[in-house]
Amino acid sequence: MTQLHRKDILGLQDMSSEEIQLILDTAESYKEILSRSVKKVPILRGKSICTLFYENSTRTRCSFELAAKIMSADTTAVSTAGSSIQKGESFKDTLLTLEAMGMDLFVIRHSASGAPHFAAKILKSSVINAGDGMHEHPTQGLLDMLTIRQNKGRIEGLKVLIVGDIMHSRVARSNIWGLSKMGAHVRLCGPRTLLPAEIEKLPVEVYDNLDMALEDVDVVNVLRIQLERMNRGFFPSVREYSALFGINKDRLRRAKPDVLVMHPGPMNRGIEITPDVADGEFAVITEQVTNGVAVRMALLYLLLGGGGHVGSA
Amino acid sequence: MWALLRNGQVIDPFRDYTGTADVLIAGGSVAALIDRCDRERQSLRTILIQLDLDERDGQVFDCSGFVICPGLIDIHVHLREPGYEYKETIATGARAAAAGGFTTVVAMPNTMPAVDNGAVVRYVLDRGRETPIRVFTAGAATKANNGAEMAEIADMVEAGAIALSDDAFPIQSADLMRRVMEYARMFNIPILTHCEDKSMTQDAVMNEGLVCTILGLRPWPRQAEEIMIWRNILLADLTGCRVHIQHVTTRGGVEAVRWAKSRGIPVSCETCPHYFSLTDEALLTFDTNAKCCPPLRTSDDVEALKEGLADGTIDIIASDHAPHAQEEKEVEFQDAAFGIVGLETAVPIVITNLVKTGTLTIEQAISKMTAAPAKLLGLSGGLAVGSAADITVLDPNCEVVINSSTFQSKGRNTPFDGWKLSGKVVATIVNGEIVSGELKTVPIEDCC
Repeated sequence: MTQLHRKDILGLQDMSSEEIQLILDTAESYKEILSRSVKKVPILRGKSICTLFYENSTRTRCSFELAAKIMSADTTAVSTAGSSIQKGESFKDTLLTLEAMGMDLFVIRHSASGAPHFAAKILKSSVINAGDGMHEHPTQGLLDMLTIRQNKGRIEGLKVLIVGDIMHSRVARSNIWGLSKMGAHVRLCGPRTLLPAEIEKLPVEVYDNLDMALEDVDVVNVLRIQLERMNRGFFPSVREYSALFGINKDRLRRAKPDVLVMHPGPMNRGIEITPDVADGEFAVITEQVTNGVAVRMALLYLLLGGGGHVGSA
Repeated sequence: MWALLRNGQVIDPFRDYTGTADVLIAGGSVAALIDRCDRERQSLRTILIQLDLDERDGQVFDCSGFVICPGLIDIHVHLREPGYEYKETIATGARAAAAGGFTTVVAMPNTMPAVDNGAVVRYVLDRGRETPIRVFTAGAATKANNGAEMAEIADMVEAGAIALSDDAFPIQSADLMRRVMEYARMFNIPILTHCEDKSMTQDAVMNEGLVCTILGLRPWPRQAEEIMIWRNILLADLTGCRVHIQHVTTRGGVEAVRWAKSRGIPVSCETCPHYFSLTDEALLTFDTNAKCCPPLRTSDDVEALKEGLADGTIDIIASDHAPHAQEEKEVEFQDAAFGIVGLETAVPIVITNLVKTGTLTIEQAISKMTAAPAKLLGLSGGLAVGSAADITVLDPNCEVVINSSTFQSKGRNTPFDGWKLSGKVVATIVNGEIVSGELKTVPIEDCC
């Protein structure tokens, strides 16, 4: 497979393992560009990319913008604040307006699950889902897999534990789909109140006890606990959450000796992850961020760059 | 003026009659039911003469292959007027009803202002009288549907309200619901209740379960519905008020009502075509036209609803016709309005998914859309001689393709667009007048 035969990247649920493989391979070859002194290639010259963000973001947005710029595409950033969205312009009209200006691709972050799907139906241009509600965050899932593959040499057969607020996490969902398609064994652990209904029907093993969940795992992906959840009674206190589900050095001993610790960010240091782990030898959290740029370059290329091989750049 | 509906399969659940017969309409009423034996004994001419009708002043309509039944009754429609005329008006809703085979509808009171006093009841009824069908209304159980203060129920009953409802604004306080029931009992009117524990459905948009988990949408657990069904059953038992559970969607809900009926508690219930025809998987594409409240459930629930329909636990099929404007559905899923238009799709869905599948006989299906709702609300109907000639003529075997762009309703929000179904409404007759559809005439000589 050398090409993605699709207009949009909406999630990993409907993506094949061959497609994921292609994206990761492409990203790997692009990563080299990031270490050059002149980080610029002309592959997407003349292409217009719109980042449309209905929700706050630092890393995803900057990562997409940087990826586009490195590939010489022109980027336009639109966010809720300061746009006509605040005058009440609907999502549909916002999309049609921007498309009429000649956008080739939209990167969409939205607090509503399914918003990128809605956009993809309306638009002729490509759509990349940069995180929709609690649904999917496919580029995060891909960059997590790239990070695992680069460190472990493979994904297949690995035991990967995702810890924390699974219910509200689009990162968890994209990881579950992606990892299971690539042959990893996915474990989930978090408070029962933050595990969505019937999650055990997905290809996962669910644990209540973190120590048991950590036993022999190759990768731990720690999710951010959203403190505002506490007000809705999902767990009694940060203190108790940390005691039950916080990742610390001591607990990590149960995992494989070369365990990888990942976090999609932003982190609450001292709550879901202790600082010594976050900055420690097992953590690959900044590497994830770098891989994020590479994965997004790969996707932009595969959706916009045409059929040619990466090498022809 | 007379008209003869000739040679149809007459099904009258009001008196358990099924047979091939002719229905003679005169002066807006049913004048005679002429079965085969009658026809052999005497000619149409003779019958007309006996009834003092002028042969030249009438028409014969061929109904061969059609079902002739009492006019269908839908006790759960949102006509949106006053206040939301951009979604639907009483006039457009009535046209949709007529097109869908309904001769009588009961409007829900969640309008703006709410139907919470006699003046607004009279407004709705007056507007209804300007339409070709019969429009009744439920009154809001609480003032402005605020769920806090009882509305002036006597005033509304006096003005013509035939039921109370908390539809769309379920009364959360058990104590207030108890008092509403006690008070309503004085007027012997039922409460049509929307069962939802709002504390469990904050921001919820779809059935809790695997599909919801995959889509990352806010879950609407079945228990939010079932807890309130049980509460209202217990309050019906306490107060003796007739309680009608609207749009039952879950197996647990059906079981609760079955239990209540076995105990003799005065409870009835309805479900809607979308709940026994679709599951939450219809939302996998984030189709806002399949977003409704309560939400679409699972295939196990669909099974349970069909069992409940077949064993009589579910008395009534209502549409919960809920029209919305295009711009209220063409938005992000979580922001889209809840509701599905149902008046113009109910008949083919019921025939295809209940009758053709053998879940219900056509007599049972028609009963749940005529005699059962009439009994609940004390409405007249049926094809007995002397009854108002409110009649629906159906072709159960005709294939139809749902095309929302041809709807009489202003609402186009249906998940059934493009579905190929069996069952066509051929004509809708109110007071002896064809108000929608058409019938082929045949020369009177052919009958004499």
